[in-house]
Amino acid sequence: MNYWKEFSKGLLSDNPVLVMLLGMCSVLAVSTSVINALGMGFAATFVLVMANIVISSIRKIVPSNIRIPVYIVVIAGFVTIIELIMKAYVPDLYTSLGIFIPLIVVNCIILGRAEAFASKNGIIASLFDGLGMGLGYTIALCALAFFREVIGAGKLMGISLFGANFQPALIMILPPGAFITLGCMLAFLNKMQEKKAS
Amino acid sequence: MTKLLIIIVSAIFVNNIVVTQFLGVCPFLGVSKKVESAIGMGAAVTFVLGLASAISWLVQKYILNQFEIGYLQTITFILVIAALVQFVEMVVRKFSPSLYNALGVYLPLITTNCVVLGVAIININENYSIIEAFTNGVANALGFTLALVLFAGIRERLDFANVPKVFKGIPIALVTAGLMSIAFMGFAGLM
Repeated sequence: MNYWKEFSKGLLSDNPVLVMLLGMCSVLAVSTSVINALGMGFAATFVLVMANIVISSIRKIVPSNIRIPVYIVVIAGFVTIIELIMKAYVPDLYTSLGIFIPLIVVNCIILGRAEAFASKNGIIASLFDGLGMGLGYTIALCALAFFREVIGAGKLMGISLFGANFQPALIMILPPGAFITLGCMLAFLNKMQEKKAS
Repeated sequence: MTKLLIIIVSAIFVNNIVVTQFLGVCPFLGVSKKVESAIGMGAAVTFVLGLASAISWLVQKYILNQFEIGYLQTITFILVIAALVQFVEMVVRKFSPSLYNALGVYLPLITTNCVVLGVAIININENYSIIEAFTNGVANALGFTLALVLFAGIRERLDFANVPKVFKGIPIALVTAGLMSIAFMGFAGLM
């Protein structure tokens, strides 16, 4: 099944964060808790799917030398939509994600998929590609947030896990923890791949 | 004056844009393999960010606020930045070929550098005046350059270090960035 392939490549084999190393800024910044990670992942997936659909449907009428500005305007339009929706319905999440919602515009994953996939493929294929990439991004974000929240705050989804005596390693919630955890995760994936290859 | 000084020290050291606020991590990991390219990227960002801070402030005040279309902020700012980068590229190519040769390859990358859009939005959120906004832009760009150059210096040496095979490349770079971030946290006592 062709569409299944477009969808599933984003999840693991071509994961935008863990394999292609795109969109690191938002991944490192919002992974302080699993709730934030889910919210950010949802917002980015929405923009990715919608932008892919629109860009794929206008791919034949956009002259190729102004395509990048056109793509950016399309993406910025959808980012504004999700920004207004989140502000209206989930104001707490909106406040805690803060500046990283408007910054979805400059997330390299979205422009990257528009340029590398949606500008060359049909609408349905682009939809599945966007969905797969968005979910891959969300999975990576949640995995990082899971480790940071459990070790750094002793909580998961805001629920205390280890009781009152647990001394959380605060550094994991602070900026250094994001870099170090992601580094270790990538090293672990390398290890797995090495094992698979041998 | 004191406020400007606080903005400068805070942007360069205490709240360093890369290692504590995670803006501009992509170029931080991508362009930091050599000290010279780190300096080139830093100079290009400083140039564009100073201009972009001032212009986006003017756009916000005289266009978006005037017509009460604040919700178009994201889309307007990204267009202003993209146009500005293009414009700077043309001007620099025309008037200073030597500067163009040094910065040229880094200029197109700046449009999608989240430092520029991020700082433009932060300036508006913090209610800065135009002078404060410009200062904040330049200071943040200097902070970005500082982090980039320091990191490039470390990575040049890291090539010769004997790191475990699975950590080679990006993983060890991320761990190094984490250690650098811990070092920058030491500045938190300044404020």
